[in-house]
Amino acid sequence: MIGVIQYGIGNIGSVKNAFKFLKFPCVATGSISELSKCDRLILPGVGAFQPAMEILKKIGMDVFLDKWAKEGKPILGICLGMQLLLSGSEENGFCKGLGIIPGNVLPFQKSKRKVHMGWNKVEPVNNNFLISSSAYAYFVHSYVCQPEDETHIIAKTEYGDSFASAIQNQNIMGVQFHPEKSQDYGLNILRNFANASI
Amino acid sequence: MLAKRIIPCLDVKDGEVVKGVNFVNLTSEGDPVELAQKYSNEGADELVFLDITATLESRNNVVDLVKKVAKKVFIPFTVGGGVRSIKDISELLIAGADKVSINSAALKNPNLLNDASNRFGSQCIVLAVDVKRTGDSWNVYSHGGSRSLNINAIEWIKKAENRGVGEILLTSMDADGTQAGVDLEITKIISDMVSIPVIASGGIGTLEHFKDAFNIGKADAVLAASVFHRDILPIDRVKNYLIQKNIQVR
Repeated sequence: MIGVIQYGIGNIGSVKNAFKFLKFPCVATGSISELSKCDRLILPGVGAFQPAMEILKKIGMDVFLDKWAKEGKPILGICLGMQLLLSGSEENGFCKGLGIIPGNVLPFQKSKRKVHMGWNKVEPVNNNFLISSSAYAYFVHSYVCQPEDETHIIAKTEYGDSFASAIQNQNIMGVQFHPEKSQDYGLNILRNFANASI
Repeated sequence: MLAKRIIPCLDVKDGEVVKGVNFVNLTSEGDPVELAQKYSNEGADELVFLDITATLESRNNVVDLVKKVAKKVFIPFTVGGGVRSIKDISELLIAGADKVSINSAALKNPNLLNDASNRFGSQCIVLAVDVKRTGDSWNVYSHGGSRSLNINAIEWIKKAENRGVGEILLTSMDADGTQAGVDLEITKIISDMVSIPVIASGGIGTLEHFKDAFNIGKADAVLAASVFHRDILPIDRVKNYLIQKNIQVR
């Protein structure tokens, strides 16, 4: 069972719809006892870093996810969900993150538009089971992840700067784009995550 | 590099897709969910659903439609038409819309743009602006283009950006439905002015119109309806043409 962590406003429905479409059993919930019964988790998220982190802490999700990660169980962060996995973010002043992958979240430095919105090319940089080919995926974000360890980057994308569009440290994964909105390419990435034997 | 987007617009009336010339004389075009799937398969980068009836009764139909589309279509889609309140926006987002476009309600109450952007994030709030040229300037129209307002389009859009909207859907009323190309002048003025994406709309009839909207109008995306619904220009043909013209598309 795949658990989609529900913790406030965000388009949780589309991630659930995508797994349903792919015929993987999936539940969207904010209950830790229900999520504990799942064998892999999705951390979605849209909006700002700090309010999201506050909610996660308030419902005890930060402690639960730290334990989950240490037990070696798979989790995939999507968009803000990926950013939350890192140590901290500079969005609207510094805010501490879940700290499951060492690194920080920073604004774009060189791009013309402050928001990176639309379809851009994802190029895998290391051999990994999640992203095996290069294609366009759908992005909506203004901040980017900078992992401390370069080897944690599994795909890169160009937007003024070259940035980490996907990261992985063993059982912990994150994608900056929205696989649930990236048509066949994105659905395939979700399928890879659901099928992975970690 | 970020790809230029091609967006089919589906005008929805009583659960069916329609498209008029100059916003009147509507003709029925087909089932919205079927069309959405067709366009997604043909390479549409996004979809826009516009509820042109926008009455309170049609509200529930639109929410149902959004739920159905979200189960079968895995590209982003925007819903607009008669969006009046935070509650309307919340309903559409929960039903599965990725973005909501606001037009007349924002003209009546501009604070709605601040509230909506703060609450749901700028990325899902699109400001739709219908403009018409009057002499050397462009005026804003409301209520599906039926009401002329004494508001300057450039000033309105600048204010809306400061209020936090994430994208501008700019429709030239002079061009809409005429298939004579988008108004390149106002499109370029707005694209150069704002730091958020601009979707150019109104009047797309030929392949050159797409190219000009990107190259001359500096738009980030182009929205069109009848050329897609009537299979005059299938999306894959538009994209192949743009690739030949060195315009980056998916």
